[in-house]
Amino acid sequence: MAEDDGAASQRLNSGAGVIDGESEDKANISRFKAEGRELSKEEKQRLRKEKKQHKKSKKDDQGKTEEIKGKEKKSTMTSDRQQAQTNLPKAVPALNSFETPVTGDKAPSGKSKAEIRAERRARQEADRASKQVQKGESSVTAAVSGPSKTKAIPSEPQPVVKRLPEHIQVDDPAVLKKLAKKLERQQIPLRKDYGNKVSLFSHLHQYSRKAPLTQQMSIPSTVIHPSIVRLGLQYSQGIIAGSNSRCIALLHAFKQVIRDYSTPQNEEMSRDLVNKLKPYISFLNQCRPLSASMGNAIKFIKKEISNIPSNSREEEAKVQLHESIDKYIEVKIHLAAKAISKYAIEKISDGDVILVYGCSSLVNYILCDAYEKKRKFRVIVVDSRPRLEGRESLRRLVRKGIHCTYVLITAISYILPEVSKVFLGAHALLANGYVMSRVGTSQIALLAKAFNVPVLVCCETYKFCERVQTDSFVSNELDDPDDLIVTKRGETPLENWLEVSHLHLLNLVYDVTPPDFVDLVITDLGMIPCTSVPVVLRVKNVDQ
Amino acid sequence: MNDEELVAYFKTQMQENPDVASAVAAIRTLLEFLKRDKGETLLGLRENLTKAIVKLTSVDSSVAVSSGGELFLRFISLTSLEHPDLSQCKKVMIERGELFLKKISLSRNKVAKLCHTFIKDGAKILTHSSSRVVLRVLEKAAAAKKRFTVYVTESQPDCTGLNMADALRKLHVPVIVILDAAVGYVMEKVDLVIVGAEGVVESGGIINKIGTYQMAVCSKAHNKPFYVVAESFKFVRLFPLNQQDVPDKFKYKADTLKKSNNLAEEHPMIDYTPPSLITLLFTDLGVLTPSAVSDELIKLYL
Repeated sequence: MAEDDGAASQRLNSGAGVIDGESEDKANISRFKAEGRELSKEEKQRLRKEKKQHKKSKKDDQGKTEEIKGKEKKSTMTSDRQQAQTNLPKAVPALNSFETPVTGDKAPSGKSKAEIRAERRARQEADRASKQVQKGESSVTAAVSGPSKTKAIPSEPQPVVKRLPEHIQVDDPAVLKKLAKKLERQQIPLRKDYGNKVSLFSHLHQYSRKAPLTQQMSIPSTVIHPSIVRLGLQYSQGIIAGSNSRCIALLHAFKQVIRDYSTPQNEEMSRDLVNKLKPYISFLNQCRPLSASMGNAIKFIKKEISNIPSNSREEEAKVQLHESIDKYIEVKIHLAAKAISKYAIEKISDGDVILVYGCSSLVNYILCDAYEKKRKFRVIVVDSRPRLEGRESLRRLVRKGIHCTYVLITAISYILPEVSKVFLGAHALLANGYVMSRVGTSQIALLAKAFNVPVLVCCETYKFCERVQTDSFVSNELDDPDDLIVTKRGETPLENWLEVSHLHLLNLVYDVTPPDFVDLVITDLGMIPCTSVPVVLRVKNVDQ
Repeated sequence: MNDEELVAYFKTQMQENPDVASAVAAIRTLLEFLKRDKGETLLGLRENLTKAIVKLTSVDSSVAVSSGGELFLRFISLTSLEHPDLSQCKKVMIERGELFLKKISLSRNKVAKLCHTFIKDGAKILTHSSSRVVLRVLEKAAAAKKRFTVYVTESQPDCTGLNMADALRKLHVPVIVILDAAVGYVMEKVDLVIVGAEGVVESGGIINKIGTYQMAVCSKAHNKPFYVVAESFKFVRLFPLNQQDVPDKFKYKADTLKKSNNLAEEHPMIDYTPPSLITLLFTDLGVLTPSAVSDELIKLYL
C-alpha cells in the first residue's frame, strides 16, 4: 500500500507539480501493464482524472488548486455515482459531462466550495432518482445514444447524439485514436490492419490470419479469461464459423467465465460482472467483428446479469445465470430450428429440386428433417471460393442419403431452369426487410427472380436486428486477402501482391439482399413476407 | 346437429340470401350449430366446430368459407372463457358469434364507402366475373352521381360475368361484355381495374376466379392501377409461392374433387395473383398496400 500513499501525497502536492505527478503515475501504470497485472479501480480512476485535469489546466489557470482539492473529495463520490450510473444503463461519458459544469462554477467565497458542491450533488441525485422512477428500466440503446450535457430533467427534449460504430470508421484517424485509447485502458492489444485495401472499403478493418492477436499478449494473461482467449483465436482462425455456432460458443465461454468469477469485496455482482465482460467483448471484437446473433446474445446476458437481485447469494445467482443461458440456447436456437422445420416442410413437395448455397446449419437441418419425413426431393449445392463452405453442406446431406448435385456459383444460370425452389440461410435480418447473408446470396436471389424461381429465407427471430442497411458497402467484414491466393500447377501468380502498389485484393464476407428478391421468410413465429420484419421486431419488443 | 342437418341448413341459407357472401351463410350455419350443440366440454365444442367447418368446405370449396370459419372460431374463443359453467361459456361464445356476424354484414358497406371515391367522373372500369362487393362499390359510385362505363369479362366456364352485366344494366350503368381473351385488347382503353377476391393470402396476394392473374399482368404492363376489394373475413393463413402451391381443395369445385380420377386434367376454378401486381386493397380494416396485409393478419391471428 506504500504506492497508494505515495500516489495520494502526489495528488495533494499536485498544485505545484501537476505534470510531474501525472508522468510518474503513467510510468507506474505502464509498468503494471507490462507485467500483465490488472489495474485496480483507483488507478484507473486516477488515470481518467489526470487526463481531465490536464485538459482543464489548459483551459483555466485560476482555480486550479481548488478544483483539484474538490476532485479529491469527489473521488469518493465518483465511485458511488459510478455504481448508481451502471444501474441506469448509461455510459461513463455521461458521468464526465455531469462533472464539468459542476466544477466549472466559481461559488462566492461565503460558503465553502465543497459544501456548495455537496448540495448540488444531492440535488442531482434526487433528480436522477425521480427520473429513474419515472422512466423505469427503459431501453439501453436509447439511453446510451443520448447523454444530456445540461440538466437531468426528463421533461426537456434531449438532443440525441447518434454515434457511428467505430468498426466502420477505420479511415478516420480520430476514431482510431479513440479506439486505441479505449483498448489501452482495457489492456487489450490493438490489431493492425494488413495489406492495401480497396478504396471503396477503406473504412473497414482488414486483418491477416497469420498475425493473431494473442501474439502480442503475455501468457498466461490475467486480464482476459483463458476460455475467451481460446474463443477469440478460434474465431480469428476460422475454426468456429457460422452464425449459430459462433453464438453458442460465445454463450458457453461466458458460462465458464461466470463459473470462475468471484465477486470482489465491496462490489455488487450485477454491476461488476457486466464491467468485467466489457474488455472480453472488445477482445473478441478485435479478433473478429461480432455478428448480429452474438450482439443480441450479449444484450441478453447483460440484461440477465443486471437483473440479479442484490440480496441473492453468489452461488444462487451463478446457477440462475447458467440456467437462463441454457434456456436461451435451447429456446432460441434448437427449438426455433424445430419450429422452422415444421413450417418449411409444408413448402417442400415431392419431386422438388431445391437449391442451397454455402453451409447454413438451419437449412441443412430442415432438409435432413424433410428427408426423414419421407419427402422425395433432390438438392443442388452451390459453392463459391475462397471459403468453399458448400463442401461441408454437401458432406452432411450426402451422409444422410439425400441426392445431391454440386456446382460453383458461376454455373447457376445453367442449372436454375431445373430448380423449383431456393432455400437460403441468413446471418441477420435487418429492420427494413433486407437480408444480410454470406457474399453471393444476393446474386443467387437476383438470378432466381429472373428465372421466376421462388426464394425462401430461413432465419430464427433472435437474428433480427434493428439496423437498417440498403447496400453492402457501409457495414461489412473484410476477410484475410491472402485467402484469394491459390497455387495451381506449381505456380502462384498472386504470391507477391503486397509489393504491387496498385493491386488490391478484396475478400468480402457478407452481402445484403433487397426484399424484392425474397418471396418468403420462414421464422419460428411463422411464414412472413420480407416486409413484415419490423412488425415482428415490434411484437418482440412488446413481449420483452 | 349432425352433418346432413348442417349441410341442409347451409344450403337453405345460401338460397334464401343470394346477395350475401357464402362465408356469411357458413358463419350463420356455424352459429346455429353452436346453439344446438350438445357437447359437454369446451374442447369437445371446439372440435365439433372444426369438424363442421371441414364439412362445410367439402360442400362449397371456396377459400372464404374456410377462412371465415377459422376467423369465427378464433373470434369467439378470444374472450376469457374462465366461467366454471359450460352453458355460461356457451352463452358468451354465442353472443360473440352474433357480434361477429353483425360486424361482417356491415363490412361490405364499409368497403364500398372507402372505394367509391377512387372512381372519378368519366372513368372506364374493367372488372372480372361477378363479385357482389364490386357491385356494391359501383352502386355507391352511381348513387354519388358519377358517370362511368364498365367492361366485364364473360368469365368462362360458368359465364358468371353475364349476371354482373345484368345487375349493372339495372343500375343504368353502361356495360360492355368482353371475351376473356380480349382483356389485353381492351386494357389500353380503361382507366382502372377493380376486382373482388375469394381469399386474401398472407403475402398480400389474392385468390380469385381464374383469369384474374392474366388481367393483373396486363394491367401492370399498361401501368393501370389494379384494385382489389375484399372484406376482412377473407384473410386466410395461406402463403402460396406460385400457382402450383395453392392447395387443390381450393382450386377445384367440391364435387369435381370427389368425382375426378386425375386432377391434372380438370380445369382449375381459381388462380393466385401475387402482391407485386396489386396496387391497393380495399377492406373494412381500411385501405391497405399488399405488404400491410401481413401486419393485419398478424394482428388478427396472433
